Amino acid sequence: MVTVRRSTVVDAPLAEVWALLRDFNEHEDWHPAVAESRIEGNRAGDEVGCVRRFSLQDGSVLREQLLALSDAEPGYTYCILDSPLPLYNYVAQVRLKHVTDGKRTFWEWRSTFQTPPGRESDLAALVGRDIYEAGFRAVRRRLAKRNESAGPRIIRAAEAPTAPSAVRQAGLEGEGIVVAQLGGPEVLTRRGIEAPPPGPGEIRIRQEAIGVNFIDVYCRTGYFPLIEAGGIPGVEAAGRIVDVGPGVQGLASGDRVAYACMPPGAYASVRTLSAELVVPLPDGIESRTAAAALLKGMTAEFLLHRVHPLAAGETVLVHAAAGGAGHLICQWARAKGATVIGAVGDPKKAALARRSGAVEVITGQEDLAERVMAVTQGRGADVIFDGIGGANLERSFAALAVKGHIVSFGQASGALEPFDVAALAGKSARLSRPNYAHYAGSAAEVAQMSGNLFSALESGRLHVHIGLELPLREAGRAHERLESRQTQGCVVLLSGGKDSI
Amino acid sequence: MTKVYVSSVIPASADRVWAVLRDFNGLPNWHPAIANSRIEDRRPADKVGSVRNFHTQDGGNIRERLLMLSDYDYTCSYAILTSPMGVENYVATLKVTPITDGNRAFVEWSAEFDCDPAREQELIQTIGTGVFQGGFDALKERFAS
Repeated sequence: MVTVRRSTVVDAPLAEVWALLRDFNEHEDWHPAVAESRIEGNRAGDEVGCVRRFSLQDGSVLREQLLALSDAEPGYTYCILDSPLPLYNYVAQVRLKHVTDGKRTFWEWRSTFQTPPGRESDLAALVGRDIYEAGFRAVRRRLAKRNESAGPRIIRAAEAPTAPSAVRQAGLEGEGIVVAQLGGPEVLTRRGIEAPPPGPGEIRIRQEAIGVNFIDVYCRTGYFPLIEAGGIPGVEAAGRIVDVGPGVQGLASGDRVAYACMPPGAYASVRTLSAELVVPLPDGIESRTAAAALLKGMTAEFLLHRVHPLAAGETVLVHAAAGGAGHLICQWARAKGATVIGAVGDPKKAALARRSGAVEVITGQEDLAERVMAVTQGRGADVIFDGIGGANLERSFAALAVKGHIVSFGQASGALEPFDVAALAGKSARLSRPNYAHYAGSAAEVAQMSGNLFSALESGRLHVHIGLELPLREAGRAHERLESRQTQGCVVLLSGGKDSI
Repeated sequence: MTKVYVSSVIPASADRVWAVLRDFNGLPNWHPAIANSRIEDRRPADKVGSVRNFHTQDGGNIRERLLMLSDYDYTCSYAILTSPMGVENYVATLKVTPITDGNRAFVEWSAEFDCDPAREQELIQTIGTGVFQGGFDALKERFAS
């Protein structure tokens, strides 16, 4: 039996916190992981026995039942009925208590459950961090009158502090790129920001390099509802710790760290975030390399080791083989002894795909299946990595070997078109649609995956090609180039002046 | 039945706070209102059923019996046997709970008792503010770095 227990103190009277938490369906409103929620069967959210059915941001669906609700001792107990995660006999309890010397609230969230053997620690970390701690932070943000603990806060020039001492107390000033309103690359606007002093469990980073990913484009356009107008996009960066908050262990001021994770907010020169989200950077890996490759390299790591443990001798087809993730998948697959075929949209990108280990490169104008079959003597590719999406699955399927595996891990060219699952029988094929958030779901998994990536980089098995490097303030130009498919390899924004360039 | 409840946040881990509070004979070590204390009948301080016999700074003598001690829940309960306070059926509970997002502990001290209705407010004040909050304030200072 696993027990997870997290607790915090919120700077608000109990009544305010309870008003927000009490309704079993209202987590839709405050918990960042929850996309949509409803109570089944026309029941009220405070009716003991009611069932909430909700979807997470990644689309997975859960059902939970309210087992007990108390206004006398504010809190509730609930259990999971259905979940995509293997959390068995999961019962959780939320409990609030007055801190009587100060109008604050003690909030405890705990649960017990069982897991498949070996999954205890990663699932415990996932529940504690992504559900409970993320919930604490969201409620604290919601209740705070001023958005002080939510990461970089936008300040207008007129209210920017002027005295140096005031600056130190109020926060660390820097620049950030905000999405002024949802739209095209032109909405990315430079603003003065400040990173608040790190709270308990948090660190403050001076960021040197920031990775640009397609998900940032989706943030900007609103395709993924991850930020609101005025918010800062970006999920990947590297830099140096300025200071650490209370309770942070194993990290100190001056340490070099990197991260690749939600929530967005990376397009900034300074940032305050949870210490659990970052990994320490080995000395041999530059900040720009880490910011360029952490997300894409960890993606390559789990695709080739966890989603499809690649065997030497297999034939691999990599779409967008000169892209950020693509060129790393090619190199890593080659290093593992696979035969790599690359597909690129533009013939100009063939050279990078070849340099990355592709023995054959197929360009957009050619018939994919015909070429793959020609190269493989009619067998087809054993595994196909497709980060393009759209209608590409059909093309991939035609190029697949019998008992082959299609791994669809992105949709750079648009949402996946419906695919007839029954058709898989034509080749006894497998189709995977992995989600980074699940493979990088716990600190332990991130540590393992990033560790493998860093050793591959340090040993020279992987080389990160940075095709475009721009100052942070030119984020809009970076997006234009990425969206118009003009970039090769990784795109990086630099911040912090001379030493990072 | 009258109830008093006081809670606070102490800037130290629950382990360290509990190490101080679990000593049923240790009140004078940390509570400014207590002058001295001993356990009757030479029993150990952590033996459930032991009686502590102590004096407050103003000379009052109080005897209390340990009803429950839990190193698992970091909780203890005790009852007043004799005191000059004029309370009956007095049972108090002291509990320490970890705050996991920082090196802090949540502490709660509550009591239930019967008393002369005319003295209820005065007793709530004495016990809640004087004894419980006074103790927590001393603990906060003790652990302030």
